[in-house]
Amino acid sequence: MLIGGILVITRKNPVHSALALIVTLLAQASIYLMLYAPFVAGVQIILYAGGIMVLFLFVIMLVSIDRSIRERQFNSQWVAGVIAATALGGLFIAVFAKGSSLFPDHALPVVENDNTQNIATLLYGQYMFAFEIASLLLLVAIIGAVVMAKKKI
Amino acid sequence: MQSMLHITTLHYLVLGAALFLLGVIGVLTRRNVVIVLMSIELILNAVNLNLVAFSRLWGSLHGQVFAIFIITDAAAEAAVGLGILIAFFRNKETVNIDEVNLLKW
Repeated sequence: MLIGGILVITRKNPVHSALALIVTLLAQASIYLMLYAPFVAGVQIILYAGGIMVLFLFVIMLVSIDRSIRERQFNSQWVAGVIAATALGGLFIAVFAKGSSLFPDHALPVVENDNTQNIATLLYGQYMFAFEIASLLLLVAIIGAVVMAKKKI
Repeated sequence: MQSMLHITTLHYLVLGAALFLLGVIGVLTRRNVVIVLMSIELILNAVNLNLVAFSRLWGSLHGQVFAIFIITDAAAEAAVGLGILIAFFRNKETVNIDEVNLLKW
């Protein structure tokens, strides 16, 4: 999974990046299965690896990549990038070293045989309003994308 | 489970942090807008991994529901971002972000 992630940010050709990203997403879906979350794993595979990546590949086809491959791939901000990455990594290491005693060492034993059903109960019960807001957000995003991709507004 | 190597929650958190760092490096240093958007997807996935890991740790499903909402947001963000990218490519014939300097003084 990490190898896939590294490949995403280092490949020259955007198509190779997209394929590496698919590998990363599938590996993450398998990690969701290890965490007893089969519904999220299914959504990850169908929506991310199926839907969003097809969108990415279409756009890569639409914009011409012949010229951008030959150009310089990294901008001149690599100093800022390295500094930000080291600061963030140091922060993560500090938090993990200090905070690992905050939560219990081993997870609760779960018998997950109705995971999807419980998620649906939560989603349509307690999180009803957020669910409707999410659908509204998707509608707005679709309209916005269509309007922006039109030739003449 | 016990006979295995015993993967704790901390391992998942470290994996999520590494993925997040990769995404940050990608956003800050790449020039191609498509790859910057892919790096943002990496960051969102790292957050999702943490949410699901904690949801497993505490035995509650709220983290997984929140992860589904984040996936929804990622889909919306990808659609809008790629729409902007197409409009921009039609105007300037490039996909490099350091040539997007209309707002630069």
